Amino acid sequence: MIETIQDFFRTMADTYPKWNFIFFHEPAQWDRVVSGFFVTLQLSVACVILSVIIGIVGAWAQGSPSRTIRWIVQGYIQFFRNTPPLIQLLFFYFALGQFTPTVTGPDGWTEQPIISNVGWAIISLSFFAGAFNVEIFRSGIEAVPKSTLEAAESLGFTRAQTYTNITFPLALRVSLPALNNNLINLVKTTTQAIAIAVPELLYEMVSIWNDYASAQNAAMAVLFFTYIALVGVLAFGMNRWEAKLLVPGFGKARR
Amino acid sequence: MTRSFNTSTDLPVTLEPRYQGPDELGFSRWLGRMPVWVLPLIAAVFLIWPTVVEAQTVYSAQKIMDIMAKWLPLLITQGFLMNVIISFFTMLFGTIAGLFLGLGRVSDNSGIRGFSWLVVQLFRNSPWLVLLFIVMLTLPFEIRIAGTYIAVPDWMKAVFGLSLPIMANLAEIVRGAIQSVPSAQWEAAESLAFSKRQIMWQIILPQCFKRMIPPWMNWYAIMTMATPLVSLLGVTELVTLSRQAMEAEGNNPSLLMPFFGFALIIFFAYCYPIARLTLRLEKKYAVKG
Amino acid sequence: MSDQDWTDQQPIVSIKDVHKAFGTLEVLKGVSMDIMKGEVICIIGPSGSGKSTLIRCINALNDIQAGSITIEGQEVHDTKLDKLELRKKVGMVFQQYNLFPHKTALENVMMAPIKVLKQPRDEVEVRARALIKKVRLEGKEDSYPGELSGGQQQRVAIARSLAMDPDVMLFDEVTAALDPETVKEVLLTIKELAADGMTCILVTHEMGFAREVADHIYFTDRGVIVEHGPPETFFESASDPRTKEFLGQIL
Repeated sequence: MIETIQDFFRTMADTYPKWNFIFFHEPAQWDRVVSGFFVTLQLSVACVILSVIIGIVGAWAQGSPSRTIRWIVQGYIQFFRNTPPLIQLLFFYFALGQFTPTVTGPDGWTEQPIISNVGWAIISLSFFAGAFNVEIFRSGIEAVPKSTLEAAESLGFTRAQTYTNITFPLALRVSLPALNNNLINLVKTTTQAIAIAVPELLYEMVSIWNDYASAQNAAMAVLFFTYIALVGVLAFGMNRWEAKLLVPGFGKARR
Repeated sequence: MTRSFNTSTDLPVTLEPRYQGPDELGFSRWLGRMPVWVLPLIAAVFLIWPTVVEAQTVYSAQKIMDIMAKWLPLLITQGFLMNVIISFFTMLFGTIAGLFLGLGRVSDNSGIRGFSWLVVQLFRNSPWLVLLFIVMLTLPFEIRIAGTYIAVPDWMKAVFGLSLPIMANLAEIVRGAIQSVPSAQWEAAESLAFSKRQIMWQIILPQCFKRMIPPWMNWYAIMTMATPLVSLLGVTELVTLSRQAMEAEGNNPSLLMPFFGFALIIFFAYCYPIARLTLRLEKKYAVKG
Repeated sequence: MSDQDWTDQQPIVSIKDVHKAFGTLEVLKGVSMDIMKGEVICIIGPSGSGKSTLIRCINALNDIQAGSITIEGQEVHDTKLDKLELRKKVGMVFQQYNLFPHKTALENVMMAPIKVLKQPRDEVEVRARALIKKVRLEGKEDSYPGELSGGQQQRVAIARSLAMDPDVMLFDEVTAALDPETVKEVLLTIKELAADGMTCILVTHEMGFAREVADHIYFTDRGVIVEHGPPETFFESASDPRTKEFLGQIL
């Protein structure tokens, strides 16, 4: 089966020299694409989870009675929303990367920083998307009427019980459309990790077409449609979730 | 028996959230609402920074200042000016293409409608950087017009790359604005024997024009903030030059803050008035009722 | 007096000289009343006279600056008080229903006993279905609040409070947000509740209803109780000019 596919693309490369899908008939190149894809997936999943956690914690901290904490969160949001993510990446990796300690690598003699470039990409992109998530979740929480929470209080719910049973499920429903948008944007932004040489899909594809000029068109086409598919899957999943959580008379259904 | 007190029946199940889904003016709203003193504050932080780090590095604050003073004119005239030029051309091409694509989205011809939809989806949902890479590599470095070869500079290719997502997003704005015009306008114009094309260009579009300006400016600000991306493809602009300048000065870490800080301030200083103006216009053009 | 000493010969709710201010705005200026077990009390008065604030203070949703409120001998505004014990004794129904929009009618009724009282689910469900039947909403168990009319939502809210098996029920202008047609069905539910012997405290504008079901009527204005008495005497022979003026406007 695999041989047939490889033969097909090898013949295709011979017939149309400009469309050499080299990664479909050369296992070494296929491995590069797969590893790049998984780094992109890893970046996306890690950043989505981390940025959502940052969003929840930040939104909770914004309701803090301490003015200092509120100012810190506000400052964080302002900084990360206003600056291009590319400059954030460069800043995190080059400026902050200077100050992190190093450890001896697995080979026993090279010194490696504790946080790799992949690590910095995850941190930087998570903080970038997290800044938007804080705002998204906060407005979701604000959209829950105080009187509904009062009803829960009068039924004997504790603060924590009210938060987990009432506030959070309702705030989530309000936040989902905006969250959806932001996470899609986050997945698209992971490509910028190429700036600090993170071997993700774009990086691997660019190196393949640099190595094999004949593979350029093929690599571009595959790259383009892989991202469309990735974003499509995420959007589809989020929309399904949104539809599943939709309750009559609340949120979207009202308009 | 009457119930004359407090008899409102239309009670909300939920309050209106302040961040209602994707806000088309989100970026400008946020940037424009920032108090004016934020800019001098940021500038102050980056001016004081060298003094703070002085203790840790071999570079004195004075030396950092000297280095910055040496590079600043170049960073502005060859660097940021380039970002501005790229953003202008991107907006120009993106707007023209976006207008026609948006018209395609509301076309009577279902083929054109479907095709426009596909184009919008493809370019809205792909990463800007991927589009940039593809366009930079597929466009020839020179084109032949009437027998003479005209070189296409790198930055011009970058303009085309950035124009694609801008085109797709502006197309959606055009479509939204056209669809927001009441259908009675179409009927009224048709009864006056205007042709379809006349109605669109002479009656509908002029009405939408004002409505489209604020989101259009919002996209301009977002795109301007994205222009540093082209540095990854070797196009000369502010970030490219900043990194080259730091390299020329020996890549000292204490230079990172002032250089990137300058980039931050200048982008902020450029986008902030635009955001303020966007919000002013939005208020002015807000549809009453 | 602690709750061990309390017998139902004593007032189940006792309010003594309660003062409450929001900032500089004094809303309650020394309000006192005693309510015996099984009594139905209606509090009436013009908007802004402090009725709703008073009823919210009974449930400790608002705190008080001075005075005391006891329920079954237990001081409500004691900082050491276990709020849960209080909430179990006192149920409250709001003007805006305040159902949980993401839960069905049945789940709304079942939620507090399961989550707060940690009662077994199947046992709670049997009781919840009975309560929904009691408020005449059979068949609406699986509807979401957004699918119910205001009157139906309000009856679910009543069932939700009853599921906690309270000794006292507070009704804060529960019909004020309803259409005239649906007011009747909610009032009927409350009337049945009163007939079952539930202690009820109502803030209401429904004078006809107050007259019919109340054992005692209190008229408040500008933070004080101006006049009170059983409905017959209250409506027939009000003595205070403020009461007369109010009744004149509303009847």
